[in-house]
Amino acid sequence: MKSLIQKLVESIGPSGYEGATREIVRAEIAGLGDEQHIDALGNLIVRKGHKAANGLRIMLSAHMDEIGIIATHIDENGFVRFTTIGGVRPHTCFGGRVQFVNGVRGVIGGERLESQDKVHTFEQMYIDVGASSRADCPVKVGDMAGFERPFLDLGNRLVAKSMDDRISVAVLIEALRQFPANSPHEVYFVFSTQEEVGLRGATTAAYAIDPDLGISVDVTATGDMPKGPKMEVGLGKGAAIKVRDGGMLSDPRLVRFLVNTAEQHNIPYQLEILEGGTTDARVIQITRAGVPAGCISIPCRYIHSPSEMVDYGDVQNVVRLLTATLSGPITLE
Amino acid sequence: MNDIPLLPIIGDAEIALLEKLSNANAVSGDEGEVRAIVLEQVRPLVDEVKVDALGNVLAVRKARQPGALRVMLAAHMDEIGFMLTSDGEDGLFSFALVGGIDERILPGKPVKVGKDHVPGVIGAKPIHLQEEGEDERSIPVDSLKIDLGPGGENKAKKGDRATFATTFQRVGPSLIGKALDNRLGVATIIELLRHAPDSIELIGAFTVQEEIGLRGARVAAYAINPDLAIAIDSTPAYDLPLWDGSENTVYNTRLGAGPAIYLTDSSTLSDPRIIQHLVRSAEAEGIPYQFRQPGGGGTDAGAIHKQRAGIPSVSVSVPGRYAHTPALVVRLEDWQNTLRLLHSALRRLTPDVLAEPRP
Repeated sequence: MKSLIQKLVESIGPSGYEGATREIVRAEIAGLGDEQHIDALGNLIVRKGHKAANGLRIMLSAHMDEIGIIATHIDENGFVRFTTIGGVRPHTCFGGRVQFVNGVRGVIGGERLESQDKVHTFEQMYIDVGASSRADCPVKVGDMAGFERPFLDLGNRLVAKSMDDRISVAVLIEALRQFPANSPHEVYFVFSTQEEVGLRGATTAAYAIDPDLGISVDVTATGDMPKGPKMEVGLGKGAAIKVRDGGMLSDPRLVRFLVNTAEQHNIPYQLEILEGGTTDARVIQITRAGVPAGCISIPCRYIHSPSEMVDYGDVQNVVRLLTATLSGPITLE
Repeated sequence: MNDIPLLPIIGDAEIALLEKLSNANAVSGDEGEVRAIVLEQVRPLVDEVKVDALGNVLAVRKARQPGALRVMLAAHMDEIGFMLTSDGEDGLFSFALVGGIDERILPGKPVKVGKDHVPGVIGAKPIHLQEEGEDERSIPVDSLKIDLGPGGENKAKKGDRATFATTFQRVGPSLIGKALDNRLGVATIIELLRHAPDSIELIGAFTVQEEIGLRGARVAAYAINPDLAIAIDSTPAYDLPLWDGSENTVYNTRLGAGPAIYLTDSSTLSDPRIIQHLVRSAEAEGIPYQFRQPGGGGTDAGAIHKQRAGIPSVSVSVPGRYAHTPALVVRLEDWQNTLRLLHSALRRLTPDVLAEPRP
């Protein structure tokens, strides 16, 4: 699974321009689904299985897009001014590298600061692509880029610039490969778009699918670093079953079902309560007349930095929990 | 036979309509005055027209050939303004802001109140009477009043809307008005319906409540469920020289540089396939255009593209200086080129534009 993860996390797919990542997914899942299509917002939607009398129509969602930047102005000396796509923070930028969707690479520089204690604001930073004038700059206003950083395999711990949320894309692909032959469910695997700018892809996918149950798979923060946030989630402690986050209260019946499933199958799990942030499950839950929804999270350190870290064991446990969940009837009591 | 030219040209009649639209009052939630003008204009041009529950005007001009794309054009009828919040004792009314207005610009501005356009003034303390340093603070809207004069309490009532009192003017190459955001878009759609290509179904959505959260467009797009949508609006141009002579890198758009095509704003990542179609159309006909700088803000497209199973969407705006003040200043040539670009793009539109998935 690590080579699949590497391919996915190293692809460049900022929100709204997920095509390169989507092509990798399409190649990986060729022949695995019963039916697939790409919708108006670029979501890749793959149906697998048929709904038996005791089954449900289930939407699973993992977003393909990542945070990035977009060029706003090319100055007379060929420096690229930019603004952010999604939750990029300025202290993660200076000295970093970016790759544009069109392949151009560059480094992020900044204007001289009055004090070394200050952090560059976005307005004070620019991308240097090696050009020396507006005319020879290979970037145009509106070109988008993702951060560039090679995949790092530390054994149990994996690091990349886009674990959020390619690691969950890998999980969904793996769950599709291991789709239980006896599943009573009609399952829609949604590789969604534009999550980082407001859960937009999942909004339209959920409307179209009109599911009986929704589960997003995404990363969540942890509290297990020096002087880290107070949060009872840590790397290596298992699949995180979300109870709530900043935008959603998981359906408690689904939380109970996932906990019971993990315990029956001896899958390590932890309960997750996240103060900020939210996932595709938020918009699935409030689509149409409402859908029972929740989220299985992969704990991740340093989210929205160029080095997001997850635990490989947690990743595998999330695959196991999803597969176990899909293998039999789901009762919400 | 008819004598309607293929290309919509902005002449005196079109400017007169824009003037009427801009001088009308239609603060969000109270769009009736503009709606009446729109209905009168579009009825002869379209096959169906209706007003929905929120007050949007939805006007359908059907295609004259089969297999046509259904295209939604959205422009909001509402404008920023004020709502009276008190009973106006002695003709002095408290008020609240409707939509995004910088309260620092309010004192001393003439306004028009209610359906009868009762003239009034937002009061200000004369500089003669101010204490030292008083002019360095902005005055919170809570302590401002709209003054309608003696007996004013009988001319307006709590809940009435008010707008800046600016009268539309044409000044050389420029147009100045209080509500060109977004009567320009409204007038543009009327002209496009008048010159609609036979090859597409054109649905003009004249929307309400955009300035307070894209509310009308949301339900309009749900009801229409088009194949694609274009929001037509006005966007700020801050293309003024910087005080220190350095390069202005944050201007949003520039006057005179043509229609502004949106790439991304806070609410929408425009569909790249439609952006490309607009660019190809502009280049084929030599129509100037510019990309609005990616950044904040939002248009009706933000609500439209997320409806139902998703609607490929883009925004095109006429650039204007001093947005959301009493005087938006635009160039007539930018409006003309916006109309030309949209007309060209609609004429050239085929299902092929959306044949490949979004990149």
